[in-house]
Amino acid sequence: MTQGIFNIPFLAVAALIGIGLYIIVFDRNLIKLVIGITVLQAGVNLFLVSLGYRQHGGVPIYTNACHSNMVLPVPQALTLTSIVIGVAITAFMLSMIMIIYRHTGHIDAKKSRKLKG
Amino acid sequence: MSSLLIHSPILIIAIPLLAAFLTPFISRVSDRARDALVIATLVFVEFLVIILAVDIYRDGPHIYALGASSPLLAMPEHYMVPVRIVLQVDAMSIFMGMISATVSLAAAIYSVSFMRNETGKDKFYTLLLLLTVGMMGLEFTGDMFNLFIFLEILSISGAALAAFRTNFADALEGGFKYMCISAVAALMILFAVGIFYAQYNLLNIAALGQAIQYTMLDKIALTLLMMAFFMKLAGVPLHMWAPDTYSVAPAGITPMIYVASQACMYALFRVCFSLYGVTLNTLTIGWIVIVIGVLSMFVGVTMAVRQSDIKRLMAYHAVSQSGYMLLGVGVGLAVLGNPQALAAYGKQAMEGGIFHIINNAMYKGLLFLTAEALFYSLGTRDLNKMGGIAANMRYTSIFFMIGALAISGIPPFNGFASKLLIYESVYQFNPMLSVIAMMISIITLASFVKVFQSAFTGPILPHFRVVKEVPGPMLGGMGILTAIIIFFSLFPGLIVDQLIHPAVEALISRGAYINAIMGGMQ
Repeated sequence: MTQGIFNIPFLAVAALIGIGLYIIVFDRNLIKLVIGITVLQAGVNLFLVSLGYRQHGGVPIYTNACHSNMVLPVPQALTLTSIVIGVAITAFMLSMIMIIYRHTGHIDAKKSRKLKG
Repeated sequence: MSSLLIHSPILIIAIPLLAAFLTPFISRVSDRARDALVIATLVFVEFLVIILAVDIYRDGPHIYALGASSPLLAMPEHYMVPVRIVLQVDAMSIFMGMISATVSLAAAIYSVSFMRNETGKDKFYTLLLLLTVGMMGLEFTGDMFNLFIFLEILSISGAALAAFRTNFADALEGGFKYMCISAVAALMILFAVGIFYAQYNLLNIAALGQAIQYTMLDKIALTLLMMAFFMKLAGVPLHMWAPDTYSVAPAGITPMIYVASQACMYALFRVCFSLYGVTLNTLTIGWIVIVIGVLSMFVGVTMAVRQSDIKRLMAYHAVSQSGYMLLGVGVGLAVLGNPQALAAYGKQAMEGGIFHIINNAMYKGLLFLTAEALFYSLGTRDLNKMGGIAANMRYTSIFFMIGALAISGIPPFNGFASKLLIYESVYQFNPMLSVIAMMISIITLASFVKVFQSAFTGPILPHFRVVKEVPGPMLGGMGILTAIIIFFSLFPGLIVDQLIHPAVEALISRGAYINAIMGGMQ
């Protein structure tokens, strides 16, 4: 029973990644495409954090070490880095969309398209 | 000198990184000082890469543990696994590093005059140096997570550079596509890193290589990594961004983004050979790489023939040439588990593929630069509007001719040397593949004959009569690459023995790669 509860984050990971990929592949609106990438990032970050979780784990700080298990600190460090990079990418892509809109007047991938063949 | 040598792996990454954020400040003072700083930085990086390369080819791989009391101490005392961030530079990494450093230098020199009339140059050079950092880091890292970080640095700076000329709508589109592909690919890699960490509690490539079991989860991770790298290197079903991004990027940058894709190809080989090695089903994975290689060759060249935009045409050729490298190394991977076949033709195929990487970086880079020189002088990229400019742009046409003959594999140029290695060895693996590769070479030649004929020969068009040769630094950038091509053409045997063979050995000998880090605890 308790095992089942600890699988819930991983189900959420699968759902987030699925939704993210679906938006990226099928949606033509560029802003929504960026949202899709953000959702995908959230899924991967959640995956990293939840794989580092240990049942009844404490905070991994050694100065006031608790005697029970500790959660893994490395995945949290990785996630923090990944979140920072994610923000940069999102901001960068949105600013690009802004200029695309200024040039073409559309944020629809089909209509703002110039390059073919 | 020796401490410079010991610290050079990190200096090669750190110096351009510092210089990148220094350029906006220097720009405030004077443009000329900024250009000098960028060129000086890249020359110094090239110098460090060369002394490091000489040492590696003589004395074997270097490691550099960040934050350790001695940088050579990969494993802290009383630890069983490397916990620090480690840079691991072997013959293959430094080989790729030399390509990246040289092309970055040529691109920067070329850009000095090409970008003269653009605004925002302070940011341009910051991004250019960051792209160099990304490539170098990707090639030198010995750590899966850092691979992700450097891939992101490379992607963001590459996309920003491709979209740099924001006054063109198509530039934005090319940059945006590159960023989308890169963001998704990087997340796939991060997910795979998570899978590795969940199973083995390790991030170091060598330590992972020792521990790896090739479980179901490892197979999923391999699939994700391979898909991500094929996206980044524009292998055919995932190549859609390549022609758009290559054709809109500013001149000097196109070869750099292309070399950045080849750095991702290096990462693919590193994962396949050093991380998984013989634990994976080499025949199947090898065939997957070969099939994607052949598809890239074929689709790339057939799409190239029908283009009339000169840069787009060359971009499709870039996709097609990557196929040769994948074919050569894929054959090596397919026979990795079979020592006889590996010795008989596998190594030779890999030598051909890896020799093709450096050849291609040089002549493809040169061709991209000549294409943009035409655009700079004529103001059009449309082949149908060009004609007879050989008389006015003598040097550019000579450079173009050398590049075109080299890419088509005409003897005695270097393209012929690497392609011949691939034909011979692949023939022993599967004759059909060799025949296809040769046929594609012929179509490549046909396509370049078309370009040469429509752009350079014939009577000069009246409105191009005033066209002048491009300025000196642009010729200098092209000249560096041409000189290297001619050198490689004259001494292919020397290059293969001295540079390529050790790189292939480094890639194949997985034990040596692992031992360099894990050696202390045997």
